[in-house]
Amino acid sequence: MPEQPARERAGNFREVTLGYTAEDAAREAARCLQCKNPPCRKGCPVEIDIKGFIGRLREGDRDGAYRVLRETNSLPAVCGRVCPQEVQCEGACVLGKKGEPVAIGRLERYVADSFAAGNGCRQSTGERACAAPREVRVACIGSGPASLTAAGYLASLGVAVTVFEALHEPGGVLVYGIPEFRLPKSVVRRELAAMGEMGVSFRTNWVGGKTITVRDLLDEGYAAVFIGVGAGLPRFMDIPGENLIGVYSANEYLTRVNLGRAAFPGYDTPVCRGARVAVLGGGNVAMDAARTALRLGAKAVTVVYRRTKGEMPARREELNHALEEGVRLELLANPLRYNGDESRRLTGMTLERQRLGAPDASGRRSPEPTGETFELPVDTAIIAIGTRPNPILLESTPELRLGKRGYIEVDPASGETALPRVYAGGDIVTGAATVISAMGAGRRAARAIARKFLGEDAVTA
Amino acid sequence: MPVRILKKKELIPGQTVLLVLDAPQIARKSRPGNFVILRVDETGERVPLTIADRDAEAGTITLVFLVVGKTTAHLATLGEGQDILDVCGPLGKPTHIEPCSSVICVGGGTGIAAMHHIAKGHVAAGNKVAVIIGARNRELLLFREELAAFCHEVLVATDDGSLGHKGLVTEVLKARLEADKCVSEVVAVGPVPMMEAVAKVTRPFGVKTTVSLNAIMVDGIGMCGACRCTVEGKTRFACVEGPEFDGHQVDFQELKMRLGQFRPEEKDCFDKFRCRS
Ligand SMILES: Cc1cc2nc3c(=O)[nH]c(=O)nc-3n(C[C@H](O)[C@H](O)[C@H](O)COP(=O)(O)OP(=O)(O)OC[C@H]3O[C@@H](n4cnc5c(N)ncnc54)[C@H](O)[C@@H]3O)c2cc1C
Ligand SMILES: Cc1cc2nc3c(=O)[nH]c(=O)nc-3n(C[C@H](O)[C@H](O)[C@H](O)COP(=O)(O)OP(=O)(O)OC[C@H]3O[C@@H](n4cnc5c(N)ncnc54)[C@H](O)[C@@H]3O)c2cc1C
Ligand code: FES
Repeated sequence: MPEQPARERAGNFREVTLGYTAEDAAREAARCLQCKNPPCRKGCPVEIDIKGFIGRLREGDRDGAYRVLRETNSLPAVCGRVCPQEVQCEGACVLGKKGEPVAIGRLERYVADSFAAGNGCRQSTGERACAAPREVRVACIGSGPASLTAAGYLASLGVAVTVFEALHEPGGVLVYGIPEFRLPKSVVRRELAAMGEMGVSFRTNWVGGKTITVRDLLDEGYAAVFIGVGAGLPRFMDIPGENLIGVYSANEYLTRVNLGRAAFPGYDTPVCRGARVAVLGGGNVAMDAARTALRLGAKAVTVVYRRTKGEMPARREELNHALEEGVRLELLANPLRYNGDESRRLTGMTLERQRLGAPDASGRRSPEPTGETFELPVDTAIIAIGTRPNPILLESTPELRLGKRGYIEVDPASGETALPRVYAGGDIVTGAATVISAMGAGRRAARAIARKFLGEDAVTA
Repeated sequence: MPVRILKKKELIPGQTVLLVLDAPQIARKSRPGNFVILRVDETGERVPLTIADRDAEAGTITLVFLVVGKTTAHLATLGEGQDILDVCGPLGKPTHIEPCSSVICVGGGTGIAAMHHIAKGHVAAGNKVAVIIGARNRELLLFREELAAFCHEVLVATDDGSLGHKGLVTEVLKARLEADKCVSEVVAVGPVPMMEAVAKVTRPFGVKTTVSLNAIMVDGIGMCGACRCTVEGKTRFACVEGPEFDGHQVDFQELKMRLGQFRPEEKDCFDKFRCRS
């Protein structure tokens, strides 16, 4: 797929990958073998009929292809961009055994982007008309992919859905976390607008557990409540100097830039434009933070990771994009402390060299300290080592049952929590995962809700 | 949904403004010690302000703020009938109110307004409440009459002696703690140096001391860690675990430094705003 050249794009926030033209898409679709028993579909967490949508595309029926996508995926333009296809559908593609798998994600993106939305219903369901409105009301708390999927599914059945979001903009991580250059906000807004047209109403600045509780919602007559509040509380390492000025969580750094539009002309939210930046961690969040720092003008950006490149959880594409743009890696290194000056500003970090030991429970070889230390001079450090469940809603809803790690326990088939009529899904159930798995959970819960409150015959795919 | 300004009062001309907002759901849910985060317009920054009062029946909340930079200056230009784009709350843990206690609430500057709601909460719980308020001169003392209407005692300190004790609130507090051995808690809300000084005064008396930390915040719901403070050697998120903490355990030095981390950016933003207006 065409991309902005690395040197050029590292200086702007425009989308890195440029998307297929109609010819590109036709060429790529023609490579699909249309297998009898397509393994790609099993690789997809929401089991998109991949063969079906590519088949339509091959026949030149782009709208038909869109409808097929929409049957199981309510955010195809988003998923086409951010899903880890290499370990899902494309990882299972037969062509991938010998050569390049079919670029399913790019085709998905092409179909979604080029589908001209006639109206909201059409964009959300692929159909021209929505179901007749019903009496049933459902509330979703949080507006990330889990809630959006649940809301979209239920609204397409005529349910009146209200989404309560704590921040001033709906979208969850799609808006405040994943940067513009990977997922343009206009793509997310388009999806949100389509939902609005279907009758989903959004209440921003409503904090579940503070402005309104789950109990209030049930008492107010909502038949069911879906909790999709994500796993937003950033982890720190609890090492000396972590509160020095210049040390950020990735969430803070990315939220300032993505939600607050810090560093965009005319916006008030400040962000520190570090010259020498270290990013701690090896996942997608770390890559996003590192690439954002480059775009804010950093001279040197170093990703510090405890293990080696092979163990990095980031998608290869993200890692390669970062490296092409000039991000450096400091592998097998772990911070011991942050060092600051007398005004408590960060001046550098003391790192300890690691070596790889035996594999841990996840199968990855765990790092072991070697005792050898070294200094890395930096003025900004961004910590991207994961998140924990956000306590606000959980504390206000003690009836929910939580698992050992503090996430909500649900019935795996329906997503229902220990509290009847209250469902949950996405990162607040699984811990930090993926957009598509959050969507899958939203969909499962929405189906269970529809079955219970609209009856079996109302439930679609 | 935008929130309408129902009433506006300049408490200190050009400096301190009181706004009454039409926010029924926040009014219903708010407790003393809570705050909101607001954004004036599309390009604005999210900033926290304490809920200085609420009227659940009328569906209103009261904010009192000091003009210190771009956002507060912009907010001060809005008038009755105009809207604030985003107001989110109530946030933070409400004040812990121990029943059957004797409390001294200390307020300095704009902090008096925030303290007012806390004092009210203590009185409503049946506690004995004395307040100590301070400012540079008597004109700058906020909420003196309101406090006098429901507190058991209002003690005043002014720098110039134009009303009450000539000097600092901490001097009044110290004298009081020496004379009154029944005080079970001191609550201080105001500029960081004032809260730090209060904690220093109360320490030898062994009196529980609660301070309200005004750390820099972004989301206010525990998702970013911008507001982290060190209390008892541990990192705490002021927006969800506070904003009130044990004043004897707070690293005030760190708080002061962190509050200053964006000074150049803030100054630049404010200067541009002033040039435009
Ligand atoms: C920087 C970054 C990059 C990522 N990149 C990828 C990627 O490339 N591919 C991929 O598949 N996944 C990626 N992920 C992970 C993915 O974004 C998440 O797994 C997914 O968004 C989880 O969806 P969710 O609906 O559970 O919650 P979220 O997207 O986290 O949304 C939760 C929403 O709930 C709101 N909320 C929280 N508490 C409350 C409350 N009490 N009341 C009301 N609202 C509340 C939050 O403000 C938020 O808007 C990335 C994550 C991050 C942070
Ligand atoms: C929980 C809490 C309650 C508060 N209650 C009140 C109140 O009732 N009345 C009042 O006058 N002030 C209150 N403040 C302080 C108020 O938020 C700041 O004065 C305001 O953000 C300044 O914004 P500005 O753009 O006008 O000024 P700026 O020029 O941007 O900043 C001036 C100073 O204000 C502080 N500040 C800036 N941005 C933020 C931010 N996002 N969050 C917190 N502090 C910031 C910094 O120390 C900065 O140096 C409270 C702060 C907190 C954390
Ligand atoms: S303000 Fe973001 S965690 Fe407190």
